[in-house]
Amino acid sequence: MTQAQKKLTQLAKQKILLLDGAMGTMIQAHKLDEADYRGEQFADWHCDLKGNNDLLAVTQPKIIKDIHLAYLAAGSDIIETNTFNATAISMADYDMQDEVQSINLAAARLAREAADEMTAQTPDKPRFVAGVLGPTSRTASISPDVNDPGARNVSFDELVLTYKEAAFALIKGNVDLIMLETIFDTLNAKAAAFAVDEVFEELDLYLPVMISGTITDASGRTLSGQTTEAFYNSLRHVKPFSFGLNCALGPDLLRQYVAELSRISEVFVSAHPNAGLPNEFGEYDMEADEMAAHIEEWAKSGLVNIVGGCCGSTPAHIKALAEAIEGCKPRALPKLEVKMRLSGLEPFTHA
Amino acid sequence: MSTEFSTFINVGERTNVTGSAMFKRLIMSEDYEAALDVARQQVENGAQIIDVNMDEAMLDSKAAMVRFLNLIASEPDISRVPIMIDSSKWSVIEAGLKCVQGKAIVNSISLKEGEKEFLEHAKKIKRYGAATVVMAFDEKGQADTQVRKFEICKRSYDLLVNTVGFPPEDIIFDPNIFAVATGIEEHNNYAVDFIEATRQIRHELPHCHVSGGLSNISFSFRGNNPVREAMHSVFLYHAIRAGMDMGIVNAGQLEVYDEIPSELKEAVEDVILNRREDATDRLLELAPKYQGDGKAAAVEDLSWREQSVNKRLEHALVKGITEYIIEDTEEARLAAERPLHVIEGPLMDGMNVVGDLFGEGKMFLPQVVKSARVMKKAVAHLQPFIEAEKSGDSQSNGKIIMATVKGDVHDIGKNIVGVVLQCNNFEVIDLGVMVPAAKIIQTAIDEKADMIGLSGLITPSLDEMVNVAQEMQRLKLNIPLLIGGATTSKAHTAVKIEQNYDHPVVYVPNASRAVGVCQKLISKEARIEFAKALSQEYEKVREQHARKKPRTQAVSFEQARANRFTCDWENYQIATPNFTGTKTISVDLNTLRPYIDWTPFFLTWSLAGKYPRILHDEVVGKEATQLFKDANQMLDEVIKNASLQAKGRVGIFPANSHFEDINIYSPNDTSALIGVAHHCRQQTQKPKGFNYCLSDFVMPEGVNGKDYIGAFAVTAGIGEDELAKAFEQDGDDYNAIMSKAIADRLAEAFAEYLHERVRKELWGYAKDESLDNNALIAEKYQGIRPAPGYAACPEHTEKQLIWDLLDVENTIGMKLTESYAMWPGAAVSGWYFAHPDARYFAVAKIQQDQLEDYAARKGWTLEEAQKWLMPNLQD
Repeated sequence: MTQAQKKLTQLAKQKILLLDGAMGTMIQAHKLDEADYRGEQFADWHCDLKGNNDLLAVTQPKIIKDIHLAYLAAGSDIIETNTFNATAISMADYDMQDEVQSINLAAARLAREAADEMTAQTPDKPRFVAGVLGPTSRTASISPDVNDPGARNVSFDELVLTYKEAAFALIKGNVDLIMLETIFDTLNAKAAAFAVDEVFEELDLYLPVMISGTITDASGRTLSGQTTEAFYNSLRHVKPFSFGLNCALGPDLLRQYVAELSRISEVFVSAHPNAGLPNEFGEYDMEADEMAAHIEEWAKSGLVNIVGGCCGSTPAHIKALAEAIEGCKPRALPKLEVKMRLSGLEPFTHA
Repeated sequence: MSTEFSTFINVGERTNVTGSAMFKRLIMSEDYEAALDVARQQVENGAQIIDVNMDEAMLDSKAAMVRFLNLIASEPDISRVPIMIDSSKWSVIEAGLKCVQGKAIVNSISLKEGEKEFLEHAKKIKRYGAATVVMAFDEKGQADTQVRKFEICKRSYDLLVNTVGFPPEDIIFDPNIFAVATGIEEHNNYAVDFIEATRQIRHELPHCHVSGGLSNISFSFRGNNPVREAMHSVFLYHAIRAGMDMGIVNAGQLEVYDEIPSELKEAVEDVILNRREDATDRLLELAPKYQGDGKAAAVEDLSWREQSVNKRLEHALVKGITEYIIEDTEEARLAAERPLHVIEGPLMDGMNVVGDLFGEGKMFLPQVVKSARVMKKAVAHLQPFIEAEKSGDSQSNGKIIMATVKGDVHDIGKNIVGVVLQCNNFEVIDLGVMVPAAKIIQTAIDEKADMIGLSGLITPSLDEMVNVAQEMQRLKLNIPLLIGGATTSKAHTAVKIEQNYDHPVVYVPNASRAVGVCQKLISKEARIEFAKALSQEYEKVREQHARKKPRTQAVSFEQARANRFTCDWENYQIATPNFTGTKTISVDLNTLRPYIDWTPFFLTWSLAGKYPRILHDEVVGKEATQLFKDANQMLDEVIKNASLQAKGRVGIFPANSHFEDINIYSPNDTSALIGVAHHCRQQTQKPKGFNYCLSDFVMPEGVNGKDYIGAFAVTAGIGEDELAKAFEQDGDDYNAIMSKAIADRLAEAFAEYLHERVRKELWGYAKDESLDNNALIAEKYQGIRPAPGYAACPEHTEKQLIWDLLDVENTIGMKLTESYAMWPGAAVSGWYFAHPDARYFAVAKIQQDQLEDYAARKGWTLEEAQKWLMPNLQD
């Protein structure tokens, strides 16, 4: 274990750790145009790059770093790299699959710089960087073709390949953790975990892994149909640092699933909900104080170890969360009976 | 069976080509549909895990495994259970592991090829996140004795746990079940060896499990099922007590231990437990006595027909089966003292079961409506007998007047609520659509109704509901008022309606809530509590509403106009249409069918989810699939009988914008103004964007000649009312609602189809466009077709201009009501804009200054403008 990891584990036992908030919404506020996205580096790129937010780590590093710094100033203990879509599968939309490594590396380094600058200012509050592996734009267990439910447009092996590439670059950029985020198809996440495990073995360097799934609607299931507990059982073998949920729902709707995870998880529990649900104009309505009130209740109820914000949340939200969880005890890790815990879409536990 | 048995896991074995001849045949002939049915049946019959095996020499086992597992992933009623990936080939197992999102079990690995391969595979399995079966097999061969079995399992366990770090709870040992009573002496102790090895494994190797394939044990008694079943049962009885906690067991081949004849049980026990030297001979001697055919195969399930008539009626109601309902109702009538008792007794009991199941979320709306169809048929059969008897009233739960308010023609939702209430024994008096307040109230008084339910879809209906409430107050009614429909909301009910009426006003968000609400309102005791809670809740909603600060700052109308969308009009390439003027479009329904967007169709039936994913949805998938099938069947019928017709009008005209107006000119004389379209402009602060108005997408007057605008009005509802009525008269609400829902979808499809033709051909600014239906539904094309009454042009009276420009009423018979709802209801109308930057937006809230300007432009009083733009004004 590295020094940073030891420190992190120690901290997580003492207090509730704070993640950062949304990156996409913050970038949107800059109203960048095509030229901004291209920057100098890709001024002559052969297709449109507007909307390729991950590329901004390369072309607009100051904007990204400033967002990181804003979250750190608001009180985040852990910031996430701006690499949600930095996999070959998602970058193919911009014909940028060859830039996956450079984007991940640049993003990791930016976050590292920001975190280190902040740690230097407040050495009693060390900051950490989580390298994000996103879900990609394809699903390994759902058919893209109505007429052929057996068809797939991405394979496990393809996913492993691109996740390995991204993970290598993130680790090279000195991230402290790896985070599998916004998991809506567990098979994609299993491929990511498989890839990360291989990378760790090849580098002989084992970083803590955070896993965070997404319950897509009120049915309480992931997009690929699993319940919270089935999802947990499917990825429990990773022995992650934390297991959690993010995105899709606001804190009010997410609570029951966080509570469920809190009951069954043998590791730290994280949650970073959206700032409410998007309204009819696609905006997130929940104000910082309202969100903080929810999270404070979770903290006081002993449900969580790590909290933060997803879509629609801003540094103001994170600052309010920091105040809300101040002095709250982190969730104690339960000791569960040793059982074989299998799953299909639903969990199946054998005594 | 015993308590131990309850923790025993039964692994389904029917999806195994080595074990099931039928499954093998299906896979070999690539009948994967039927193969999936085999898997589904197993899960339905209680298999907690299913074993999938494709090891067959004539088969590409790897491809078959991948194909089958991927197909299973799309079947939620199968994939809810974990999968056991079963193969003797590692490559097949690994391919399978790459297909399952759940935590699976590998079946199996062993030390057969040595430690190196064993460790490699174990490490991979751990990385894939699966549990594994480990065979008691090593370099020397399969373990037969207790000592060998334990020794190999212990060695495997140590390697897995200590070297690989494999979780011990994820290890399942299979210490090999071999046949006994074979006549070969060395085999006699095999069962005992297994049972004792199991005991030792469970005792000495913490957290692991023991499994086995049961049918091997009785192999020598093939053809004598009763004996085989007794052997399985006895073996399991002892093995489970020793710690066997999983097994591949065909539940149909298992006798209940306590029901084995004692003579047979003793003989079998002697064999299994190897208690006497002559045990095999004695069992062989006894066996012919029990020779039989085994169990009769399960036949197609008509067993419910053998139940009592009351149960049959209940079954028919719950399952929505009309086939036998007349004969069963008749039988019940003959047995009953009075025909009315059949309704009050078994039929209502059955409907109560339906109501309960619906309330618990175990039945879905389409099923309930089908139940209602069965009920109606039964009641229709009894009606003449009841009439003949002419005595006594049926005791209904309560009487409800339902109506779609004046000016509105939409009634699908209202009809659904009506059916659901009838199912729950409420008497529903449905006044239909476009019902004036006076008629609603008079009927309520005349009929001594217990409550009134109002429905509406378009925004002006909200106003009309306020009017009905005010009238109810004025006329001193004291019965509750229910509010429902797509544009209604709790906030609107609380803020605008409830305060106008002194008695309960209840917003009912969907059909499933209606029953609960009505039952509370009808009960004298519950009503007081409910009304009190409700008025407190609404008070809170009003407070919240009042406190709600505007999300974005408003700007003045002048500022908004200054920030309008504009482009380089000087150099703008006007898209000159291939055609100007107006045209009637008739189109074959077959042409429209592929343009249907099905997602909203399911929403109509309160089934939420995106098509086509909804068809495989865990919760509603089965119902959605059935509904989809029914819808397509009706579509086939409708098309065949031409019972619905689609007609439309389209026009393209020269036009220029003038601020928020669009001046529309005659195609024949571009200086002759033939109409002015009035639009509203977004009036909230847009720091980096524009304050859009639809007029921004048309070239302003005096820049560079004439630009163009298009208009359309389409319906697929010609014949809609007649079709629905025919079903209604037949007591078939399900199909009545279905026919309207389908007409609705066809109208939307027509709008999509016509827009495509306009883009590619009539206007022709996107000749080379090539999009599939998904892309069409996602609106990935150039140009927009906003509809008056919706977000970008929220004011409904603008439809009149479209009607005038296209002469809609005279040419194709579509009409506008006084609230500017379109008739037939299955209709769409709107404008076409071809500008490449044209986009949909929501006007949202406008301010007083714009309201005044709009009123002036329309030649309205301020009150009129307020009335029609109410949803867009600050409250």
